[in-house]
Amino acid sequence: MCYQEKRSIVSAISTVLIFTFYSIYIYQTYLKGNLTYSHDYEFWGSVILILIPVMILANIVIYIIFSIINKITTNENIPSISDELDKIIELKSTRNSHYTFMFGMLLSMATLTFGLPPMAMFIALTCSMMFACIIGDVSQLYFIRRGV
Amino acid sequence: MEKRRISNNIRKLRFNNDEMTQQQLADKAGVTRQTIVAVEKGKYSPSLELAFRIALVFGSPLEEVFSYVLEEEIKEDG
Repeated sequence: MCYQEKRSIVSAISTVLIFTFYSIYIYQTYLKGNLTYSHDYEFWGSVILILIPVMILANIVIYIIFSIINKITTNENIPSISDELDKIIELKSTRNSHYTFMFGMLLSMATLTFGLPPMAMFIALTCSMMFACIIGDVSQLYFIRRGV
Repeated sequence: MEKRRISNNIRKLRFNNDEMTQQQLADKAGVTRQTIVAVEKGKYSPSLELAFRIALVFGSPLEEVFSYVLEEEIKEDG
């Protein structure tokens, strides 16, 4: 398994872990049986806005740890260049990721149409962010293995 | 319309060039080893520029490195 494949797998797993821990934290700190937040736009806006830097920071830390462990165990160097194949794979996986997010966005609008509380819309939006990230990583792995 | 694919002789050319490794070819062509692996296996059709760079490494004309063949011919060759 090459470095890029391992990185995609690590990235997908870390996305799931970050979202899971963040969701557990939000649920246990604020939501646990408390329905006052279901219509609180300020709260949900900050939940999503805080999630973005949390994800970026956690991904950087996980990436550094992965690179160190990978270097120690396999003595494989991190590829110093990003060539045309890397760029095509990145473009295609980003496209898939964006399509997934677009679908999630429409789904979140549908929750409002069906008269569900705004909380459902924000949860659908957050979940679509997570799925978009995972689809991006899985697509990357798929294109590396199967070719473009 | 006949189905055609880009085939290559990179493995053979590497062998004829003192068993050049994929990493050596990648370094000379300015790409990662992963890209050479993908091109060699036919999983990725390189850009015209990269195809010329690979041909230049072997000092061979482009048509000696890459060919546009019928899919059946690739299957027959294994």
